[in-house]
This record gives sequence, structure tokens and C-alpha cells, in this order.
Amino acid sequence: MSTSTPPEFLARGSYRIRRLMDAARLLPVFCFVLLILPLMRASPETDAPPTASESVYLFLVWFGSILAVFLISRGLRPALEKRKDDLAKSED
Amino acid sequence: MSFNMLVLTCLAYVIVLFVVASAAERAASEGRASWLRSPVIYTLSLSVYCTAWTFYGAVGYAARSGLEFMTIYLGPTLVFLGWWVTLRKLVRIGRENRVTSIADLISARYGKSNLLGVIVTLLCIAAGAPYIALQLQSISQSFTVFVTDPSEVGLTADPTLIAFWTAIGLAFFTIVFGTRTLDANEQHPGVVTAIAVEAVVKLLALIAVGVFVVWFVATGPADILSRIDAQALPEWHIQPGRWTGLILLSAIAIICLPRMFQVTVVENTNDQHLATASWAFPLYLFLISLFVLPIAVVGLELMPAGSNPDMFVLTLPLYLGQDGLALLSFLGGFSAATSMVIVASLALATMVSNHIVVPLWLRVRSTRNLDSGDMRLLVLSVRRLSISLVLALGYFYYIITGGSEALAAIGLIAFVGVAQMLPALIGALFWRGASRTGAALGLVTGMALWVYTLFLPSFGPGVFLTAQVMEAGPFGIAWLRPYGLFGLTALDPLLHALFWSLFLNALAFCLGSFLSFPSPMERVQGALFVNIYERTGPARSWTRPVAEAEDLLPIAQRILGASEAQSFFRAQAALQGKQGFLPDITPEFLEALELKLSGSVGAATAHAMLAQSVGTAVVSVEDLMAVASETAQIMEYSAQLEAKSEELTRTARKLREANEMLQKLSVQKDAFLSQISHELRTPMTSIRAFSEIMMDTDAMSPEERTHFAQIIHDESIRLTRLLDDLLDLSVLEHGQVQLNVAPVVLRELIDKAVRASNSVQADRKFRILRDRDPEALEIVTDAGRLTQVFINVLSNARKYCMSDDPQMQIKVRQRKGMVEVDFIDNGTGIPRDKQALIFEKFSRLTDEMQAGGAGLGLAICREIMHNLGGDIAYVPGQGGAAFRVSFPLVLQPRESQSKPAEEQTEAAE
Repeated sequence: MSTSTPPEFLARGSYRIRRLMDAARLLPVFCFVLLILPLMRASPETDAPPTASESVYLFLVWFGSILAVFLISRGLRPALEKRKDDLAKSED
Repeated sequence: MSFNMLVLTCLAYVIVLFVVASAAERAASEGRASWLRSPVIYTLSLSVYCTAWTFYGAVGYAARSGLEFMTIYLGPTLVFLGWWVTLRKLVRIGRENRVTSIADLISARYGKSNLLGVIVTLLCIAAGAPYIALQLQSISQSFTVFVTDPSEVGLTADPTLIAFWTAIGLAFFTIVFGTRTLDANEQHPGVVTAIAVEAVVKLLALIAVGVFVVWFVATGPADILSRIDAQALPEWHIQPGRWTGLILLSAIAIICLPRMFQVTVVENTNDQHLATASWAFPLYLFLISLFVLPIAVVGLELMPAGSNPDMFVLTLPLYLGQDGLALLSFLGGFSAATSMVIVASLALATMVSNHIVVPLWLRVRSTRNLDSGDMRLLVLSVRRLSISLVLALGYFYYIITGGSEALAAIGLIAFVGVAQMLPALIGALFWRGASRTGAALGLVTGMALWVYTLFLPSFGPGVFLTAQVMEAGPFGIAWLRPYGLFGLTALDPLLHALFWSLFLNALAFCLGSFLSFPSPMERVQGALFVNIYERTGPARSWTRPVAEAEDLLPIAQRILGASEAQSFFRAQAALQGKQGFLPDITPEFLEALELKLSGSVGAATAHAMLAQSVGTAVVSVEDLMAVASETAQIMEYSAQLEAKSEELTRTARKLREANEMLQKLSVQKDAFLSQISHELRTPMTSIRAFSEIMMDTDAMSPEERTHFAQIIHDESIRLTRLLDDLLDLSVLEHGQVQLNVAPVVLRELIDKAVRASNSVQADRKFRILRDRDPEALEIVTDAGRLTQVFINVLSNARKYCMSDDPQMQIKVRQRKGMVEVDFIDNGTGIPRDKQALIFEKFSRLTDEMQAGGAGLGLAICREIMHNLGGDIAYVPGQGGAAFRVSFPLVLQPRESQSKPAEEQTEAAE
């Protein structure tokens, strides 16, 4: 209920966390795009599809995204620990 | 392996689960369950997503469609990657509102509407039955596959019998662990721990089979990759529509599936667990999926043609003579199936009891005596019954469909069913304008379309929909065909159903929300849910309590149990600062009680129960506005406080300044007093000295006597003049002076002043330069006082102007009703640093003897001019000392006279 507006510029720590939040929001979008890439790879319909190479690709993307979300979530822990409202207030 | 052996193994496994679960329950009840509430357990419990469908079905799916099986695990991965946006909010809302199920969440968000609770419950049951059927089917299939002993084939010839006994056993286990107590938060540590153990078992089993296949059957990853390419079929091409659609569908399902909601939201105790699960759960899915394709490929390659690929996980080790591995695999599949059935039936039973049975019972009872009986037993019995009912429905679905060949198809039907909750759920989290009407319309529309386009056709032609309807549409209307609604025949049936149901669902949801007006309770809840992070305090949904605490205690006891309810009431009373068991019935207390009750029976029921006892005390639009204006008042009040504090700061600053001024004045006053005493004392001393000489000296010439008497006389005159001046100054300073205001010509005054001042140092010749024309001004003022000022200025000039050829220039100017008279001599002027001092009392620039005055002259001049409504100022840079006397042309009798006096007073303070 405070009438004061949030500060326009943030300290380095808060700034980092804000950008991590942005990353957390965008990560699924980028991953989704990477996951539908196999649809755009041309392979003749009649032949057997290149399943082995596609599976290697998909599992690599999958593992990479797990690694990314691991790093992001670890960075966001402080934001969860302190009373979340402070940081999350202006995000929605 | 013998049938009995297999049954014994299963029993042993279930007993182990029993032990684990009861140990966890005991630990939780004794409060040493911190390890139970760890992120690891939480993540493992999420793996209830991976059912027998994953364990057996994924391999079959991969064998039929290649990589498409991955979509079922990629969707949930995406949701957990984006946990910060959706899941975090969902979990927070669930925890803070003690939500007991997804039906409870949706009903609570849309104004604690039980109608929505009922709709969602029915939908979940309809979608849950195929899913449970799938588990029963896979268990009975695995039994059938496993028991190869010809003498016992008869026992397993009837898979429905195995399914029946499995259903009975699972119902028993679920009842024992899921409904032992009516938990306040609807959390089940025992069940969750058992699920976590099962998660480890199924993961290990699948990985064990995978490792065996990759490194013992094949020669390693490279070999497997080449075998994959060798086995790849044209059907394995990734189909763009299905690939994208299934990723989205499974992403929706992980949020909406009742059992996933149960483990993700209801059983969650901490946001941090979600942070861990965000990467750990995708990792679990990754590991589960990693060996699916290798197992499928090797199965296709080695197994005889016509084998069911859904059972490869089991049949492949058996075929290769690895009985131990096969048993482990069997247990993995068994645990995957049981964990799903336990959690799903628990979640569904909670919904059935909270949204259907208890409200009905309340309605029936409300006509009779309300307060009799312990409701806990009722609620628990209802749940036990519901669990049995849910399993029975699953069993009947299995019987009716006769067991679908492809496990994956059944799972996807359930997915599309639960996906109908998505619009209402997303609206609940992010859209305050989403209304109950919209949610109900959307849910009903989506559900109807799902039933018509996917659920009923899944039973096969002839069961509910005839083959003729499937082919040509009802009554021969082609564009109503279940698989080609409105002519969309190009789509795969699953995508077709998903598209139409979700699209029309969302459309109805939005239209309903646009066109309806929500009730106050909906608006309260909407604001509460959507702005969950900004919440400062609980929103009020109770405003005019009319019940007594004595009436509420029995209700609470019926649901929470006597001791629990009493301790809650006592704690609430203590919070209010009261002794005993009966707190005051405040809106806050009602809010807390409702939240407590809703943990057991759901928000809608809890609210309805309290509303029954408390009477009509539910919110109205007016109350909402009152709350809003209360908030506005608080904001205004705080703004006022802010303004006040600023004002206080200002006042304090003024006070500080005034204090400094006073201190300065006090110093000035002291200086003034010491000056006065000094000025009085000097003439007194000489008077005393000379009078003593005259008294003591007898022989004294008459000249001497005259001289001394002259000195004494002069000094007395000086003293008198000083005292006169002081009196004059005091009178002027206090504005008590009587002014004789009259019209007079300025020139005459100046003439008079020049003449009078000539007596000062009469030997010096001053040239007076005047322009007599402008002086011919008629002014209205106190002529005597003004002349006094002129005389003073002129006398000073005569005294201090040290020029050899002294001259005085007098200039008269008129400006805006003010007259300015400048007196400029040709002396050295007054040094800059002294200019500020000359109008102060007792300030003398030169030696006293030379001037012969007390130093009050200019001070008096200034006071006079203030009294006359004008001023006297030193004008620097005029070639000598220059004084400007300004005064109004016409002195207004009172105002203009009192104003300077006031100014003066102020300056003096």
C-alpha cells in the first residue's frame, strides 16, 4: 500500500536477480524453439528418418536446458528466501 | 516364474511400502519429519507423472512412432523450466489458501463456488477413469506376460480377474494411508514418502534394463545409434502437428492432472523445493526417457514378430534369460502403476467428498439438527467410499474397452480431458476479470466436446457411438462427425479433439467473463489470487459477524476433532488477548477458522458451513466498497501524516531560526545594557568628580568655580539628552509615538532643518546645493519628526565631513507615491564594512569626544522613518556619505503607520 514508487535503478545484486528472473521466463520459449527444430530439417518422407542423430540432438538440447535451469534456479534462491514480495512486486 | 511367486513378490513389495509409509507417518506426527520435507522427496514424488504408461507404454510408443514418445516428457520439462512464471504462483496460492485439490482451487478462485467444484470433479473423474484403467491393464498384462509356466496359464488367462484383485489391493492400500486422519492441510507424508521410494524403484528398474540393453546386448552407444537407424521405419518421421501439439498437451497435463496437482501444489511445503524440482524433475524425466528408444529398437530387432512392444521392458529380459532383471523390471512397472493409482484415487476422492458428498449432506442435514455428530468420520468414510468408487470406475472402463492395444492412446485421452481445466486455471492465476460464469461455461463446453470427439469414440464403435455415427455423423450430418467436426477432417483425431475442445472452451470462458458481472466474493478471491505476491493481509470475506463463538466451536469440533478445534480456538483467543476457549467473533477470526476448515473440507464447503451458522454475513458489493474506502482512508491518513511530519519539520526549522534570533537578541540586549550603563556612567563620573572638587576645595577662584559648574551643567545636559533619546527610541520602537499628521510643504521642512543644523560647529561653512523646484511638494506627514531626521542627517554631515570645502547636496525625487530625499556630502563617506552598523544603537564610527553624541541619532532616525511609513538608508558610491530618506507622499493615518511599527516589532524580536 506504499505510495512510494519503486526505485528506477537498482543496485548490482538486485539487477542481477531481475535479469535472472527474465531468463527464467524466457528459457522455456527458447527451449521450445530448439525442440521443434527437427520439424524443419528436410528428410525425404519415403526413406527412414534420421532418428539416431535427431535423438542425440534432442537429448543434448534437453540436457542443456536442465543445466541452464539449474544455474538459474540456484541464482534465484536468494529471491525466494527473502520475502518474495519485495522483488516480485513489480514484475507482474 | 510361478504365478504364486510373483504374487508373493508383489505382496512383499507392498509390505515394504507399508513399513516405509507408516514410519514416515509416525515421524511426521512426532515432528521429526524434516527429511520428509526435503526437496529430494518432493522431486521424487513428482515422478508420479511417470506411470505404467511411461514404464511400459513409452517403449511401445517409441517402437510404433519413433521419437514422438519424447513429447510426453518434453512438455513437462518446459513447464518446469518456466517454473518461475506459473508453478511458483500456483504453489504459493495453493499453500496460502490451503487448497485441497484442483477442483478446490478453481472453486475457491471463482467465489468459492461449489458448482465449479462439482464440474471439475466430474471432469477429473471422467478423465481419471481411463488413466486408472490403463494402470490396471498394464499390471494385468505384465502378469500375463510374466507367467509362462503352462500349468498356471489358466490362472492368468483372465486378465480382468488380475485387474480386479489389483484394484481391490490398491484401494485397500490407499484407504489405509490416504485416509487415516483428516489432515488439516490435506498433506500425506506417508503416501508421499512411499511414492518417493516407488520413484526410485521404477527409475532404477528402467535404467537397469537400459544399461543391460546398451552395454550387454549391444556393444555401446555407437552400436545402439546404428541399430536405431537400421530399425527406423517410415512411420517414425516426426509429424509436425503431433510433435508440437503433444508437447503442448503434455505441458498442459502436468499442470492440470489431479494427481500432479496433488503432489506439486497440495503436498508442497516450501517454495525452495520448487526451485530444486525445476531442474531435478526434468533430469528425472531425462533419465527415464534416455533408454526408451534403445530398448524399443533392440526389442524390435530381437523379439519375434508380433510381440506387443508395450511389454518389451519386461519381455526382452525374459526372452534373453535375465529373470532377475525381469523381476526388477516387473517391480518397476508395478510401482509405477501403484503410485499413480494411489495418488490419483486419493486426489479424486478428496474432490468427490469435498465437492459432492459433503455439500449434499450439509444440504440434507441443514433441514434437521445441524450440530449433531462428528463430521470427521463422515468425511473419512466418504473418502474411503470415493476411493473405492474411483477404482471401480477405472476397472469398469477397462472391462468395457476390453483393453486397448496401445497404452499411449488411453493416456492421451485422459490428457485432453484434464486439459479442459487449463483456461479456467490460467484465468484464475493471471486474470482478475475471469468470472465464475465464464469458467463454468468454458468447462462445460470443453468437457462436452472432449466427451463427444474423443472419450466416447475411445470405447470403440458400437459401445456408445455406433459405427454409422462415426462414419457419417449423427443423423447423417457430416459436419458433426466426432472425428471431423465442422469439416476439419485433415487433423489427427487427437489433435482434432484437442483443438476444438480447447478452442471453444477458451472462447466460452472469455465470452462468459466478458459478459457476466462477478459476485463480490469472486472479486475478493480474484484479487487475492492474482495479486498473491502483493498481499499485505488477508482479504475480508466476512464483515458483519452475528454468530457466537459458542455456536462455532461445535462445528469446528465436528470437522477438526475436539482437541484440535479447542486448541485452535484457544490460540485464537490468546491472539486477541483473551483467556479461555471463546475468542471474539471478528472477521479476522472467521477468516482464520474458514481457512482452517477449508484445509479439511475445501473452501466452498467450509464457507458454506460457516455461512450457515453465521447467517447472512457474507460480503456484499457495499462491503467491498467499504473495504476499499477503508484502504483509501488509510492511504489518505498516511498521506496526511506525511504532510504533518513535513509541517513539523518546517516548524522545527522556524523554531530553530527563532531561537538563534533570540540568542542574538539576548546578546544585543546585554550589549545595549552595558552600553547604556557606560554612557550614563561617563557623565555621572565627571559630574561627581567636579562636584566633589567644588565641595572639598575651599579656596577656589570664581573662574574655576564657574568653569566646573559649567562642566557639571554640560554633563547634566548630555545626560538628559541621552535619557530623552532613550525614551524617544523606546517610544518609537514600540510604535506608541503620537504623530501629528498634517499637510506641509517639503521645502519649508528642509529650510528649517538647514537652519537648525547650522548651529552645529557653527564655525564651519557648508555649501548647501539645492534644487528648490522639486522641493515644492506638498506632503502629508508628521512635520516635526521628519524635520528631526533631516536635522540629524545634516548635523552628522557637519560633524563628520572632513572636506576642506565641505558641501551638501540635497536632491528631492518623487516615485510611485513615495518621496525620496537624498543628502550627499563630499566627504570620505562611510567605509563599506561599517555601513551596516551605522543605524544600530550606540554605534559611532569615530571617537566619542569628537562627536559628542550618544550614538543613538541614526537609530532614532530609522525608527522615526519606520513610523512615518518610510525608511532611511545609506547609499554607497555617491562621492561622499549619502543618506536617502524616503517616505510616502501622503501618510495614511493608521494602517501605514502601524505596519512599519509592526515590522519594527518583528525585527526587534
